[in-house]
Parts: sequence; structure tokens; C-alpha cells
Amino acid sequence: MLELGKYADAILWSWGITLGLLLLLIVLTWVQSRAAKRKHDEIEARRKAGEAMK
Amino acid sequence: MIALLIRDLRLAIRAGGGFGLGLAFFLIVVTLVPFGVGPESDILARIAPGILWVGALLACLLSLDRIFQLDFEDGSLDLLATAPLPMEGTVAIKALAHWLTTGLPMVLAAPALGVLLNMPAPGHLWVFVTLLLGTPALSMIGAFGAALTVGLKRGGLLLSLLVLPLYVPTLIFGAEAATRAIDGFDNAGPLMMLAGITLASVALLPFAAAAALRINLR
Amino acid sequence: MSAPKQRTRQARDNINWLWEWANPVKFMWFSGLVLPYLVGLTALVMATGMIWGFFFTPEAENFGSSVKILFVHVPSAFMAISAWFMMVVASVIWLIRRHHVSALAAKAAAPVGTVFTLIALATGALWGQPMWGTWWVWDPRLTVFLILFLFYLGYMALWAAIEDPDTAADLTAVLAIVGSVFAILSRYAVNFWNQGLHQGASLSLDAEENVSNDYWFPLLLVMVGFFLFFVTMIFIRTRAEIRLRRVHALELRERMADA
Repeated sequence: MLELGKYADAILWSWGITLGLLLLLIVLTWVQSRAAKRKHDEIEARRKAGEAMK
Repeated sequence: MIALLIRDLRLAIRAGGGFGLGLAFFLIVVTLVPFGVGPESDILARIAPGILWVGALLACLLSLDRIFQLDFEDGSLDLLATAPLPMEGTVAIKALAHWLTTGLPMVLAAPALGVLLNMPAPGHLWVFVTLLLGTPALSMIGAFGAALTVGLKRGGLLLSLLVLPLYVPTLIFGAEAATRAIDGFDNAGPLMMLAGITLASVALLPFAAAAALRINLR
Repeated sequence: MSAPKQRTRQARDNINWLWEWANPVKFMWFSGLVLPYLVGLTALVMATGMIWGFFFTPEAENFGSSVKILFVHVPSAFMAISAWFMMVVASVIWLIRRHHVSALAAKAAAPVGTVFTLIALATGALWGQPMWGTWWVWDPRLTVFLILFLFYLGYMALWAAIEDPDTAADLTAVLAIVGSVFAILSRYAVNFWNQGLHQGASLSLDAEENVSNDYWFPLLLVMVGFFLFFVTMIFIRTRAEIRLRRVHALELRERMADA
């Protein structure tokens, strides 16, 4: 590994928090995106079924 | 226009109008700070202008939702929207009424409350002047926030979250102007900025607030 | 008063979800096409920049190895501001042209901008701590980002509080525009306010001092990477918002059909 010296803590925490928060954002976005797609497909299916019956 | 002003003033001063509440809250905040910070005179004296400013600001917040909420709920706001007076004028008058019943009393009370905080002598004048210049901005900015949240049933907390960051420049220049004057420095800069913020707010925010009200009244 | 209002609202909603779909359909098609490549490119650029910056850069004069924090602090700060700027532009487009995609893109951008602001705050504080000795100072730059963070929170809170999507879009757009004026004003106010601290330049995290080539290229890469990350997130989140908006409209229609 590198010689980070006395700033090792600050550097590792900074990079860690950065990557951690970005990852958190990605995960939350992914979850929201999946849920939106699922709800959307469900209600579209319901609508199409309704139209088909008319 | 005058009629609207008088009506709002009367409503505010009536029993349920919350007229004295802002002032009482101001007093309470000023009383609480020494309890939190310790009774040492020099510390209190140093932070006195800032505390008075923050206290006035917070007390202003309390009555902001009254500006439009009551009229919104009973349909008067719809009537005002169709009245010959333009919405921008209505907003300005209501903000003025808020200032007269909330801001102005605090401006007058502040020097007296400053005594509780051991504020040095020049402070009384300068806190009075800066609050006088700045509280109209607080009322106008607050009216804008109130216009945004008027459609919400329990929008009080959200209103605070929206309005407080908007208050930051006014607070900074107001408190700095007072503090610098007390310390004997020239405070023309912040004083001008403070006056500028108030003038610009009063001139421009009614348009934004009126737009928000129209959106909410749709 | 409420009965006639409801009927016109229903009529509006019935027509609305039809023609409003025109623009979003194009966006969904385009974003769906481009997204896989965007994700790949983002990952590539970010990884390259960050690995280069972390492992292959020398120590700096004043900062020692802590200069490496530059590579996460500067790009995130830059994007925090850029995201807000994009939100304001999208808000103006919504108010003028009524493109729903624009309004939803602004809504989608907010959480991303908030995260960037948080990262900027955290890395800024961590970078300064070894030098300042405390975890936080009211350095003008950090303070302005703190205020920006509050603006982001308010914006997202307002979106969440209002039920009707179009009303929410309108009000948050007005807030973004007015908020921007005060945000800029706050920057000057905070700079002015901080003059009182007799610490001046030694607190400055001025990264412009370190623009030697050793740092510039990896920094640029990470900045482009963060920008691509932002665009990718906007695409994904706006797609989700568009779907949710349609779900909302269709649910409304279902409820009225049952009534």
C-alpha cells in the first residue's frame, strides 16, 4: 500500500465516506427504480385488461 | 388597500390573533439563552446583538402561517384573488400587517431586552436600527414562504425549514452591523446591504409570493 | 366551491395524462437506449480517475499526502453546485414550456445534489481537521455548502409535502428560483461574516494552488466521472419519476371510474 503517513485517517475516511454515500445513493436509486417499474407494469396491465374487456 | 390593512390588523390584535405571542416568545428566547450559556456578563454582552437578532427572527417565524392560512381556509383568499386589488398588492399589505403586529413591537422591545443581556450602551441604538431595517425583510420573506405552504394543513415545520435558510443573509448583515458598531468599527457596509435586502425583498418578493398563491388557489 | 372545482380537475386530468405522455415517451425511449453505455462510461472514467488520483499522485507541499482528498472534495463540491444550477434551469423550463420531463428531472436531481453536498461537507471537514485541529470551522466555503444543504432539504421536503404533482412542480420551481437568489446572496454574506476570523488564507482549501499536471489530469477525470455519474443518476431517477407520475395519473383514473 501507499505511504499515507499522518494523514492516513483523514484520507481513508474521506474516500470511504465518498464511496459509501455514492454507493448508498446508487442502491436507493436502484430500489426506487425497480419499485417504480413494478408499480407501473402492474397498473398498465390492469388498464390493458380493463380496456380489453370493453 | 387601506381597508385590507385595517382588517388584517384588527384580526391580528383580536383575542385569537396571536398579537402578543410573538413578543412573549421573543422575551422567552432572550431569557433562555443565559440559562443555556451561563450568566457571565461579558460573554452575554458580546453575543447580545446576535441573540436579539436570532430571537426576533424565530419569533417572526411563529406567526407566519397566519398571514394567508386563515383566509385560505375560509375562502377569503379566493375572493381577494378576484378583487380589483392585484395579488401582489394583497401580499404586500398582508406582509405589512404582519410586520406591524410582529416585527415592529419586537423592534421597540429589543433595546429593553438588551438590558437582560448586558448589552453595551451603543448596542441599544444599533440593535434598534438594524432590527428596524431588517424586520420588514423578515416579514416579506416569511410571507413568500407562507404563500408556498398555504395549501398544506400542517405546514408549520416545513415553513420554518424553507424560510430559515432564506433568512441567513438578513441575519448576518443585521447582526454584523449592530456588532461592528458596538465595537466601534464602521458598519456602513452591512447596514447598506441590510437596507438593500429589505428594499429588494419588498419590491420583488410580492411577485413570487403572488405566483405561489395563484398556484395554490387553482 | 369544491364540487365545480373537482369536476374541472377531473376533466383536466383525463386529457392531461394523454398528451403529457408525448414528451415523456420520447425521453423514455432515448434514455433507455443510452443508459447502458452511460453506466459503462461513468464507471470507466470514475474508476480511472479515482485510482490514478489515489494511488499514483505525489505528496503536495503544504498538504502532504492529504492532497489526495482533493480528488473527492473538489469534484463533489463542483457537482453540488452544478446540480442546483441544473435544477434551476429545469425549473424555469418547466414554468415556461410545461415539459413534464423537465419538472421531474429537477425533482430527480435533488437527492443527487444533496449527496454531493454532503460529501463535499464531510471531505472538507476531514481535510481541514488535521490542519485546523477541530472537526468543523465556519470557513466561508464550508459554511456556504452547509446552507446549500439546507436549501436542498427544503426543496425535497416541499416536493414531498404537496400531493398534486403539477402544483408541487410549480411551487418547487418557484422555490428553486427564489432560493437561488438567496443562496448567491448568502455566499457574499458568509464571506463578509467570516472576515472577522483572523485566520484568513491558512484555512483556505484553495485547490487552485495545486494545479500542477500531476494532479490536474486525474482531477479532471474524476470531475468528468462525477458529472457522468450525475447524468446517469438523472436518467435513471427521471425514468422512475415518469413511471410514478403515470402510476399516479392512472390510479386517479381508476378511483374516479370506481366512484
